[in-house]
Amino acid sequence: MMEIGLVHYLIVAAMLFTIGIFGIFLNRKNVIIILMSVELILLAVNINFVAFSHYLQDMAGQVFTMFILTVAAGEAAIGLAILVIYFRNRGSIAVEDIHLMKG
Amino acid sequence: MYQTIVFGPLIAAIIAGLFSKQLGDRGAQFVTCGALILSAILSWVAFFDIALGHNVVHVKVMDWIVSGDFSINWAFKIDTLTAVMLVVVNSVSCLVHIYSVGYMSHDPHKPRFMAYLSLFTFAMLMLVTADNFVQMFFGWEGVGLASYLLIGFWYKKPSANAAAIKAFVVNRVGDFGFALGIFAIFMTFGSVEFSTVFASVAEHQGKTIHFLGMDLDLITTICILLFIGAMGKSAQLGLHTWLPDAMEGPTPVSALIHAATMVTAGVFMVARCSPIFEYSDTALAFVTIIGASTAIFAATIGTTQNDIKRVIAYSTCSQLGYMFFAIGIGAYGAAIFHLFTHAFFKALLFLGSGSVIHAMSDEQDMRKMGGLWNKIPVTFAMMVIGTIALTGFWFTAGYYSKDMIIEATFMSGSSWSGYAFAMGVFAALLTSFYSWRLIFMTFFGQSRASQSVQDHVHESTYWMLVPLFILAVGALGAGIFFHEEFVGHNYAEFWGNALFVLGDNAVLFDHHAMPGWVPNAPAVVMVLGFVAAIYAYIYRPDVPARFSATFRYMYNLFYNKWYVDEIYDYLFVEPAKKLGVYLWKRGDEQTIDRYGPDGVSASVLSLARKFREMQSGYVYHYAFAMLIGVAAFVTWFIAGGAA
Repeated sequence: MMEIGLVHYLIVAAMLFTIGIFGIFLNRKNVIIILMSVELILLAVNINFVAFSHYLQDMAGQVFTMFILTVAAGEAAIGLAILVIYFRNRGSIAVEDIHLMKG
Repeated sequence: MYQTIVFGPLIAAIIAGLFSKQLGDRGAQFVTCGALILSAILSWVAFFDIALGHNVVHVKVMDWIVSGDFSINWAFKIDTLTAVMLVVVNSVSCLVHIYSVGYMSHDPHKPRFMAYLSLFTFAMLMLVTADNFVQMFFGWEGVGLASYLLIGFWYKKPSANAAAIKAFVVNRVGDFGFALGIFAIFMTFGSVEFSTVFASVAEHQGKTIHFLGMDLDLITTICILLFIGAMGKSAQLGLHTWLPDAMEGPTPVSALIHAATMVTAGVFMVARCSPIFEYSDTALAFVTIIGASTAIFAATIGTTQNDIKRVIAYSTCSQLGYMFFAIGIGAYGAAIFHLFTHAFFKALLFLGSGSVIHAMSDEQDMRKMGGLWNKIPVTFAMMVIGTIALTGFWFTAGYYSKDMIIEATFMSGSSWSGYAFAMGVFAALLTSFYSWRLIFMTFFGQSRASQSVQDHVHESTYWMLVPLFILAVGALGAGIFFHEEFVGHNYAEFWGNALFVLGDNAVLFDHHAMPGWVPNAPAVVMVLGFVAAIYAYIYRPDVPARFSATFRYMYNLFYNKWYVDEIYDYLFVEPAKKLGVYLWKRGDEQTIDRYGPDGVSASVLSLARKFREMQSGYVYHYAFAMLIGVAAFVTWFIAGGAA
């Protein structure tokens, strides 16, 4: 049976990160999916932190993770609140409809 | 006292001009009239003190320009010549101010008008009291500015604006000569102060100056340059075209600026510079020729004009010609005497014609007047007094001054005096003719005005009549009272050192050798002119039309003012306009603007339009851009770190 080491964790994190990135770009439907993709990217970073923390026997990485989780929760709450307000004002949260900044 | 005379009008102009809202119309009129009455009274005091009491004054006000060797003061040099001018300027100006209260009573901009009049008076006083050429030039330009402002006073009339610009531009030609003259004086004498310059003229006699590629006589060049300045201001032949057009201004302005004071500035300046002019026979001959030619030239035009003010304007031009050829033959006293008396009767004629125009509901064309003498009898009487004084009726002002000029011209041995004498006598004939023609066309015969105008004819108020009375006294009495001083026995004592006559030139006193017919010639031609006018305009009103039909070419020549305006238009105005249009269209619009401001702004605009298209507004595009950026940075750091 194969030993699960640092590299495996990093690969998972990288995959999650890539899925998050592509979730942002390839998604044309819903802004909520963008938010979820952003969460995925953050989680990928968290996995990196925890993996390196265990690898280097340094607790600081895990402390950071706790902070990031807190910030991510706050960010998700604010993002959703903005979305609700946006929907109330413009009647749509489809990504294609959000182009007020078009020159 | 002299500061009050000179600066009183300036202060009044500032108060009336800047604080008209607080003062109101009455306040502005009160301030300016008050200051001018004060100035006028003090001027007469100064006149008696200086001219009759022989008490020359020099007042230094302050340093003006000090730069190396070049230093100029603000100073008043008040000798007899200045005192005479002070009296003329302030008396006429004061009366014109009072007259304007009545004349401009329907105008909405009274304070502005009064302020301009006072400003003009200040500039004119600065000119006549100057003790150096630069200060005189300041006053010279100041009166030009005030003249521009007042001609264009009714700025909504395009013709008034055009006339104002014309006056300004034509005067610039003369001022250019004057300025060059001052430069030449400073170059030669190292000073611009009258006393210094005049004291050393004799040393520079016969020297030459390299100018325009020629070696010219120094003194002659200076004199002719100065005289070109005088020609511009005094509307002499060649630079006279602005004066008739200046009649677009309100009539009080015509009386003050374009008859009594500003146009005589040239005569004053040449008389002031008599110590220079006396050393150049060529320059004096030039002055004589121009003066005599102007006298006859303007008189011929005056006989055919129909606008009441234009007739008087050409008459002014002609009389200024008299003054200049009097100067040309060395009779400075007679020239200034004529200036003095002319101010009274010409201001009287102008203000009288203003009263006529007022009565005729602003009609100026004499062909639409007639039969006014019993409707406005006071104005009629005043106009007749002005006319007899102008034509030189016995014992009126013109009789003494004009006849003196003509006699002195006959007796003078200087070059061209014969020409000047002939022209002077002939112009006197024409003067008498056109003056009486004006009276007969305006006041006699059947009225040719429309019924509504005729119903409105009314005598003017006392605001306008009282100045006429005072001027009438001057027009009748100025000759009798003052001729002994100006040109008679007290000549030397009266003028002191103000006028300089070289050596043996005593044309004013050379009466004993004169043939008997000479003193009577002006009187004879005056009567002839009167008879011709009364015949042509009272007894046989068909004569003028037949005459002009017979001599059509001559009549058209005179009626169209010898086509001088047309010639200038063709020679100067049109080419200047074409050049201007070329520079505007090709130079400015198609070169400078096209590649300069317009080109830059157009390229900025097109670039901005391209950049704008990059802004899609989609969030994921911005996010993608950020990612690419981060990736690029990371790559760069890693690659850089590896290196």
